[in-house]
Amino acid sequence: MKRYLIGTAAVLCGVLLAGAAFAGDLKMNGSTTVLPIAQAAAEKFMASNSDVKITVSGGGSGNGIKALIDGTTDIAMASRPMKDKEKSDAEAKGVKPFEIKVAIDALCAMVHPSNPVSDLSLEQLKEIYMGKIENWKALGGEEKAIAVAGRDTSSGTFGTWEEMVMHGEKVTPKALVTASAGALLQTVAKNPLAIGYDGIAYINDSVKALKVGGVEANAANAKSGAYPLSRFLFLYTNGEPQGDAKAFVDYLLSPEGQKIVEQVGYIPLN
Amino acid sequence: MKDSDTLRGDRIPKRVITVLASTGMAIMLFILYFLLREGLPVLRHASLGELLLGSYWYPTYDPPEFGMFPLVVGSLAVTALASLLAVPVSLGLAAFISEVCPRSLREIFKPILEVLGFFPSVVLGFIGMVVIAPWLQERFSILTGLNLMNASILMGIMIVPVVASLAEDAMAAVPKDLRDAAYALGSTRWETISRVVIPSALPGILQACLLGVMRAVGETMVVLMASGGAALVPRSVLDPVRPLTSTIAAEMGETPVGSDHYFSLFFAGILLLVITLGINVAAMWVERRGMRWRG
Repeated sequence: MKRYLIGTAAVLCGVLLAGAAFAGDLKMNGSTTVLPIAQAAAEKFMASNSDVKITVSGGGSGNGIKALIDGTTDIAMASRPMKDKEKSDAEAKGVKPFEIKVAIDALCAMVHPSNPVSDLSLEQLKEIYMGKIENWKALGGEEKAIAVAGRDTSSGTFGTWEEMVMHGEKVTPKALVTASAGALLQTVAKNPLAIGYDGIAYINDSVKALKVGGVEANAANAKSGAYPLSRFLFLYTNGEPQGDAKAFVDYLLSPEGQKIVEQVGYIPLN
Repeated sequence: MKDSDTLRGDRIPKRVITVLASTGMAIMLFILYFLLREGLPVLRHASLGELLLGSYWYPTYDPPEFGMFPLVVGSLAVTALASLLAVPVSLGLAAFISEVCPRSLREIFKPILEVLGFFPSVVLGFIGMVVIAPWLQERFSILTGLNLMNASILMGIMIVPVVASLAEDAMAAVPKDLRDAAYALGSTRWETISRVVIPSALPGILQACLLGVMRAVGETMVVLMASGGAALVPRSVLDPVRPLTSTIAAEMGETPVGSDHYFSLFFAGILLLVITLGINVAAMWVERRGMRWRG
């Protein structure tokens, strides 16, 4: 019996010590859209500040904000502003979310490279996703059905699409749903009839990015506001960031940090 | 003195086992409790009828719609089609390995089958996306190759090793006397397999199929990647579907905790539990009927 007690005590001590060792560390959790920025920035930041250890994990904007409210993460990453429900939850638990814009993301509408269509208006995009326009012919393409593909209803990317394109209309239940940005890119790249959307960082040569209302999706147009499908990416902290968190946020907003934003494929703030 | 020593020696393992077993039970009960606690609150905002029979799944709109009918149909359709494809193949494979092929081949096939049972489903899902989907689309000139057929083929591939391996165990366990008796009476090999081996191994074979079906109901990655994900009741095997599991996996990550959407996803979990329970009960019933019919 005594031996068990000693053993248990030893394990408990170990756990407590480990907890103490992690106490000075910085935990980040949230949107997989912001994840590449946070990860690259954290690596660079830790290289020059070896006493700080940053753990970055991506579970989605909602999970990150939930973790911030529950106190299990120091910084939440989000690809959308906090919802009213989340703000009231935070208030109830005495958490004061502090919003920091870190980058601009532009959503791209994309089609298969073989598709002759290269420019669609916001109205046309909306009607395609509502299921009103069902054939590429109506858009200047071939006489073929459109395979509408999108993200799951709770992804931040879907939320942005819903807000900027759908304006309260519902996406047709016929739409194919994919669970990640990579899967949606893959779906469009493999299907000549498909249309989809993704953050600008994900777009590569396997698909064709569409102009929206004649405006090309690129950094200059997103920054100037000419490109209609762009959004801010956020970090949230509990109250104004302090200590290590402040150092990291300052680094991310510095010219060096904003260069990282550009390197991973997003658009820097300035 | 010696007796009490043995008794003590017995008592300790007995206690350990009791503690371990009750911990297991407690964890199961806790999971059930958690599932019900997180799933049932959705009933405050949507009736059971709306949830089960509603045909529109718009959980994030205002007002939200929580119709899970297409999702339930999606789960059942993928499971049924996958089982339809996989069970005959598995049983044929099991009969071949157990009854037909020479011992040396059997010793190669059996481990291969067992290893295939652990094939990572995400790899299969990826194959479905980049190989099967474009092929299906070209072959049948359809809207998308990510559909019921694609997911069912992959799911079938996933459950064949499980079902075949277990069914083979059941057939191999049939006493040799029975086979010898059948051959002595002049039966052909086919008659021996179909009239003697399979009927006597039936409970085991049924269990094997059941495990395969259960795996299909609960499988998430393959359907998430290959089924297309349209929340519609499929009209043909080439239509995209959206099973309950992939809905939970796709949406749970970003839904605000404590929202109706969150509760509805746990409710989908309860439905999955009910479906597997239903299949289990049905299988037990069939087995009992089968016993009576045979004996």
